[in-house]
This record gives sequence, C-alpha cells and structure tokens, in this order.
Amino acid sequence: MKEIAVIGIGITKFGELWEKSLRDIAVESAMNCLDDSGIDRIDSINIGCMSSGLFNGQEHLASMIADYLGRLDIPSTRVESACVSGGLAVRNACLEIAAGVSDYALAIGVEKMTDVSMGNATYALATAADQDYEAFHGITFPGLYAMLARAHMERYGTTREQMAQVSVKNHYNGSMNPNAQFPFKITQDTVLNSTMIADPLRLMDCSPVTDGAAAVLLTTVEKAKKLNKHPLVVITGIGSATDTIALSHRKELTELKAVKTSAAKALQMAGKTINDIDFAEVHDCFTIAEILVLESMGIVGPGKGGPATVDGYTALDGKFPVNPSGGLKSKGHPVGATGVAQIFEVVNQLRGNSEKRQIPEVKTGLAQNMGGSGGSSICHILEVK
Amino acid sequence: MNVPRHWRETPERYRMEAVKCRKCGKISFPARLICPECKNKVFDKINLSGKGKLLTYTIIRTAPEGFEDVAPYAVGIVEMEEGVRVMGQITDCDLLSLKTGDKLISKFRRMNEEGKTGLIMYSYKFVPDIGI
Repeated sequence: MKEIAVIGIGITKFGELWEKSLRDIAVESAMNCLDDSGIDRIDSINIGCMSSGLFNGQEHLASMIADYLGRLDIPSTRVESACVSGGLAVRNACLEIAAGVSDYALAIGVEKMTDVSMGNATYALATAADQDYEAFHGITFPGLYAMLARAHMERYGTTREQMAQVSVKNHYNGSMNPNAQFPFKITQDTVLNSTMIADPLRLMDCSPVTDGAAAVLLTTVEKAKKLNKHPLVVITGIGSATDTIALSHRKELTELKAVKTSAAKALQMAGKTINDIDFAEVHDCFTIAEILVLESMGIVGPGKGGPATVDGYTALDGKFPVNPSGGLKSKGHPVGATGVAQIFEVVNQLRGNSEKRQIPEVKTGLAQNMGGSGGSSICHILEVK
Repeated sequence: MNVPRHWRETPERYRMEAVKCRKCGKISFPARLICPECKNKVFDKINLSGKGKLLTYTIIRTAPEGFEDVAPYAVGIVEMEEGVRVMGQITDCDLLSLKTGDKLISKFRRMNEEGKTGLIMYSYKFVPDIGI
C-alpha cells in the first residue's frame, strides 16, 4: 500500500465530561484536528465508536457527526470492532486515500460512556465478549483479563507487584499529559491496596470508564509535502488481524495471537523489525494486557513482560518507552476513541511536541489497539520523514 | 432478552450438546457450521460428559447488570475430558480455595431471571467432581 501522511491531529480532554454530549466531543476533536492541519477540506469521514447504542441510545453516527460538523455532502461511515473501533477508523481512512477515493480523509474516534450507570457500562463493555457463551455466564472484561493474568502468573511466575508496576509507570507518564483523565502519580501500594474487581485484578489494574474523542486528518504524501506547518509524519505500515471471540477457544492463554499477527503484518509492510521501532503506544486496558502485548509483539520475550517493566525497559527514559501518553490506565479509555488517541500521541511525539513527556529523538513509533480479550487487533507504524 | 433467544441455545445449555467434525474429529462447543481446524462442513452431534479440569478462573466482585445480587462468584475456563474448552461459573465450593487443575463436573443449574418476561434461564455450572 502507498504511504499515507497524517497532517492533522485533534483530541479532547479525557474524563467525566458531564457538560458535553457524544456529538459535542466528536465535533470538538474534529475541529481541533482541522485547526492543527490548517486545511479546511474533508472528502470522507470514518467514525470509530463501539457502542453509542448502549451508552447513549444513539446509533446512526454517520449522519449525526457529519451533520454537526457541517459536512452534509460527503461519505460518512461508522465502524465498530469493540475497543479497536478507533484503530479501524484510521485504517479505513488510510484505505480511502490509498484507493484514491478521498484526497483528505478524516478519522474520528469517540465514546461517551458516563451517560449510563456503572452496571450498564459494565454490561455494554461485556458485549465485546461472546454474548451467549461468555457474558451469559456473568463474565466481565476485568474477569476475562483476570483469567489471562492467572494463566500468565502460573506459567511464567509473573507477580502482582510486576503488574502493579505497569500502572505505576503509566500513571507517571500520564501525570505529564494535560488531556489525561487521571494525570497523577501513584505508588505500587496504591495498586496492591485498591479494591478487588476480579481476582487477581484490582481497581488500579483496570483502565477507567471515560468520555473522550480524538481525530486525525490523512492525505497523500505528495499533498502533505506541499504543506509546511508540521514535520511530515507518514503511516508506513498497517496490520490487522483477528482471533477467536471466546477466550475459551484460544489454544494459548499466555499470548495474544491477533496482536502478534497484526504487529508482524505492520512491520512487514513498513520493511522493519520490532528493533527498528523507537517507542509504542499499546492497549493497556488492564495491566496484564500491556505485559501480554509486549510479549506478543516481540518487544520482550515470552514471560519477560513483568520483569522488563520493573527494570524500567519500557519507562519513558528506558530502551523501549511504552505508553508515553499514560496509556489507557492514566489517560483514560473512551473505547472507540482510544485507537485514534494513540495515533495522536505517536504523531505528537514524532513532531517533538510532547513537552514534559517528550521522548528525545524519536523517528519511528508504533500504535497497537485491540478489541475484546484480543479478538481483534490493529497496528499502525508511523515515521517522521 | 426474549424467550427464543434463550431456548434456541437449550441443546448446549441443558445437555452440553457439541459437534464433532466428521473429517478431523475436532469437537466444537457451541456447534459451528464450519470446522475451525479443517474447514469441513459435516458434523456429528455428541453430548459432552460434563467432566473436566479447571484451566484458569477469576472471582467476579464487580458484577454486570443482572448478576449484582450473586457476586462474588467464580467463572473459569474448563478443559472437558473430550478436549474442548468451556467457560462457566464454578459453584458449591469455597471460592478462595479453588485452584487451577481442580477436577470439576457440570451440573444443571438456574442461571438468571429476566424481570420483564419472567423467563428463568437454566444452564450448566461447574462444581467440584468428588466422584458422586
């Protein structure tokens, strides 16, 4: 596929945004994105949103968001693949450009999760699992990842303390992110003493319920080269893969195959190996998820995710910084927005605009976004040219 | 949830009915139209024995809508003696002394009640297999 340029990025504050509606935040992120690009043209819109139906009683976002953006005459599409809906919107926008159908393609990710009770939000999220054979039995998302955590702990000796350090690291990074929902540092004890949600995972192992939106504007590299507003950032690799929806149907409970395959495909397209990547934003919906992703993508070997985190390998000043934004844990996880927000962070880092949390001299970044218990995963590789 | 949504799953939920691929022998639960292993489309119906061992589990403390009143409860992945893996609740045991590798057996149990329709849903749950 030909290379795609990211010429605009926009994001809203992540958090409990009581004054703002689903449409408000989606449009706000798109306006910020267009302002950032300096371009006032959109040929198509892709909106990633997991479940506006269950969270807001509102489907048909293709029309609503285009309407409130004041763009009534262009193709608008809402895409869904649970928590990878945002990554999917970016991928589809890339395909719009690659196919030559759009010159300027906008991808928006949005989720407004606080319009329902916590029980209803837990139910809505559980619809990303197999409804008849997992959720029917009362399983929750923390519960699914708790089962993966237990399997990992028993196979590799991964400890509760190692998992807690993922949360400590991401909160440290997020403390420097003004858009984060929880921009403060925590200690290992904060995690280990927090409320048990699904053994062995505690509250501070889990990403929160969040309102938020992010947007990116894409175009061809040729068109981007004529703009001089920002350093040129290009998407050079995209990989997408799926795995069984039910956790019980996986042959392996200690690796995420869709993550492994999607990363390998993206690296192959970019003509790179994982060692050529300077940093990554990954899907740490739970602390154990970051450990599984590190190992599945080959950033560290099997069973080494916990020790590598404790050793600072993935810290902001480590050899392979992971989640400089604060990740889903500290920045927040508005599910449909997350994949786009990851691209926002990678682009901002590559432009050198991440202020206190800027990683020095980064040229190549990876964004890994996944749905459900790893039933779908999309990786994007971005480079500053 | 309406009534057909539940009763169409009753072969699986009441009898643990699975399918065995006629070509490669892979067992699928629930039934599929295409074998995930060899892509064959011809199957024989079998009933799982209900016996298996616990591969991994969790204890749900924060429950979703409809399960708030029964928390805490255990949910695990059980590898059945036929090789296929099934997710289900584990009950009639001390939750804190559960461990992976425990021998379990399925029992027919009340799962949930849907308020508006009055529908009472039954399904398999797993209990410790103590040989009786």
